Amino acid sequence: MKTSTEHRRPDPEALLRQVQAAEEYESRGRLKIFLGYASGVGKSHKMLDEGRRRHDRGQDVVVGAIQPKIDREIAHLLQKLEIIPLQEIQAEGVRYQVMDLQTILRRHPSACLVDGLAYDNPPDAAHAYRWQDVEQLLTSGISVITTINLGYIKELQDDVERVTGRRVAQTVPVEFIRGADEIEVVDAPASACIQREGATAEDIAARRHQFAELREVALVLAADVVDRQLERYLERSGVPQVFGTQERVMVCLTPRANGIRMLEVGRRIKESFHGELIAGYVDNQQLSDEDKSSLETNLELARKAGAKIEVLSGSDPMDAILEFAKQKGITQLFVGHSMRDGWKARLFGSPLDRLLRKRQGLDVRVFPH
Amino acid sequence: MTEHPSGKLKIFLGFAAGVGKTYQMLEEAQELKQRGVDVVVGYFEPHGRKDTIAMTDGLEAIPRRKVEYRGAAFEEMDTEAILARHPAVCIVDEFPHTNVPGSKWNKRWEDVLAMLAAGIDVYTTMNIQHLESLNDQVAQVSGVRVRETIPDWVMEQASEVVMVDLTPRALLNRLERGVVYSPEKAKLAINNFFRESTLAALREMALRQTAHEVGARHGDSDSERNGPEGNAPYRSDEKLMVVVSQDPASVALIRRAKRVADFIGADCMAVAVMKPGEKSAEMRGRIEKHLNFARNLHVDARILESPETAEALVQFARANNITQIYMIWPRRAAWLPLFIRNDLQKVVRMARDMQVTIVDDRRYMQEQERQKEAAPTRPPE
Repeated sequence: MKTSTEHRRPDPEALLRQVQAAEEYESRGRLKIFLGYASGVGKSHKMLDEGRRRHDRGQDVVVGAIQPKIDREIAHLLQKLEIIPLQEIQAEGVRYQVMDLQTILRRHPSACLVDGLAYDNPPDAAHAYRWQDVEQLLTSGISVITTINLGYIKELQDDVERVTGRRVAQTVPVEFIRGADEIEVVDAPASACIQREGATAEDIAARRHQFAELREVALVLAADVVDRQLERYLERSGVPQVFGTQERVMVCLTPRANGIRMLEVGRRIKESFHGELIAGYVDNQQLSDEDKSSLETNLELARKAGAKIEVLSGSDPMDAILEFAKQKGITQLFVGHSMRDGWKARLFGSPLDRLLRKRQGLDVRVFPH
Repeated sequence: MTEHPSGKLKIFLGFAAGVGKTYQMLEEAQELKQRGVDVVVGYFEPHGRKDTIAMTDGLEAIPRRKVEYRGAAFEEMDTEAILARHPAVCIVDEFPHTNVPGSKWNKRWEDVLAMLAAGIDVYTTMNIQHLESLNDQVAQVSGVRVRETIPDWVMEQASEVVMVDLTPRALLNRLERGVVYSPEKAKLAINNFFRESTLAALREMALRQTAHEVGARHGDSDSERNGPEGNAPYRSDEKLMVVVSQDPASVALIRRAKRVADFIGADCMAVAVMKPGEKSAEMRGRIEKHLNFARNLHVDARILESPETAEALVQFARANNITQIYMIWPRRAAWLPLFIRNDLQKVVRMARDMQVTIVDDRRYMQEQERQKEAAPTRPPE
């Protein structure tokens, strides 16, 4: 059995990655996001309140952007904070509220509040979208606290539209959100369901149901952000991936594997656990044409099932799979019949036997043909 | 009786002490009271936190029951008094608490089930660490083996699970300001259980669990929204069988299989095979213990008597329409007795019509972790 020191021997590449990750982390500003799933539940309020608390603790905080319509409470919170006004720009007949990026960069505060991340800039601006302005603030070492509603995240628009029937034009890519250092889901209070005038019991039930569904989407996104954050933290500190925060299923595809079944089961697990599905195969140049085409079929199925495809290489396929699984924190590995065919002939040293001996913190599921 | 409680259960779920579960629960209790609902505090643990204590102002509290055990005085929730008082809603802090021996119910969650059965709504608090099926993952992530757990079927009774969330950074700030613990205790906590990475991992688990709970409660009530992509909770034709042995790793195996079964909406049963005339009372005892553990998680558990372990398992599986078999490949013994390995391999070979999952014995990984960090990681209470 491997000892704990054995797999901890410093690998120069890993060390370099660690140092680079740590350096980048040190020089970059931190991004904090208040994520809402219903409008008018107080995201801006929460953001400004955090800005005020930081200001009171002596941090240099400015407001880089605030929504045009503000209520009294927000106006009150704003009093204490320095505001860098938005620029009003008229372009091609459209009025734009643009964050004054250059002034903020020159002013270089420790943290900048940006209310509403999803805004399109005018055609001749430095960046097409406000989130790109925010990215520049971050790379120049300014921390940003910002707000966004679920419906404004590009990849989640279908989910949100299905529930609310509404779709907005201005969006932010989910990858940008996933890269946040901190995320907080701003919950709609239970009373938000009944605020509408003349709401019937049915309306309230429907609305409550809507909120619950949106909340689920928001929580999963928040979990993804935390997961990414954890991954980066582990990378910086050189600790290998810990098992168990989320289910990650890896389906090992071979030409003869029962791809349909394995991917179907994998997809179901991914969805019910809100986890991740990966389809991996080990690159093998010596495949017959027939095998190549059945592997292609399996890969196509994998893409349809929403799996990430990973091509692995290595002199020993098993080692390649295990190394990858360890690195990515895979929790369940699906293997097909070829694994068990081997051991009919030879009970020991069969691929499955070896797989079981060398895996770490990994469930192995063997699928029938 | 406990399957269909008439009272409603609401759980405030957190990922660590100090995120504000009790505070939020009491805040809602105050709102209820203002709306004229008959609400009482059945049990409240102040932990010396001023803001939280202030939140109980004006709420009726049912006095605790004083118990003497081995010469020491203890205070427990007075469930009988609550049942007699019969409020509309009862506030019960610390759901996973174990009562002092000699109490009518062994666990506080059993007290709560009794209240629900009597038609009282209950609001309660717990941390994700205490969910039974996550026990092994939590130990892996935090280095702490949590003893007081809530079986998953109990959590399923809740009609609502609300996550009380806070970012780890904000929680650490609170700790540093002494809101959660006294300064010395806080310092110890930050260096151990409250490391930012541990908190982040626990928070992620809580977020995912809550998303699952929300989905499970709201997902199946309307089918219209489910397009061809089919986000509907899958009504499963799957049936899992866990192979239990005297190996202590059986416990983690049962948890794991039950969790997977619950998430995919499948039935789960546990089976152990004993050779006829097996004399070792110790072995029988250990197997019985594991099967009882399974029964407590609401897993149907059986013993098969047969000289041929693998054959008996596969036959039983076929007769019961099992689609997935869960087994363990014990870690510790690289020199594992040949017959056990052969049994496992035989099952994989014979059960060609089923999926066989071989779960890793993750305890050895925890041991590695422990060796790495000599420091204690238990959270101060």
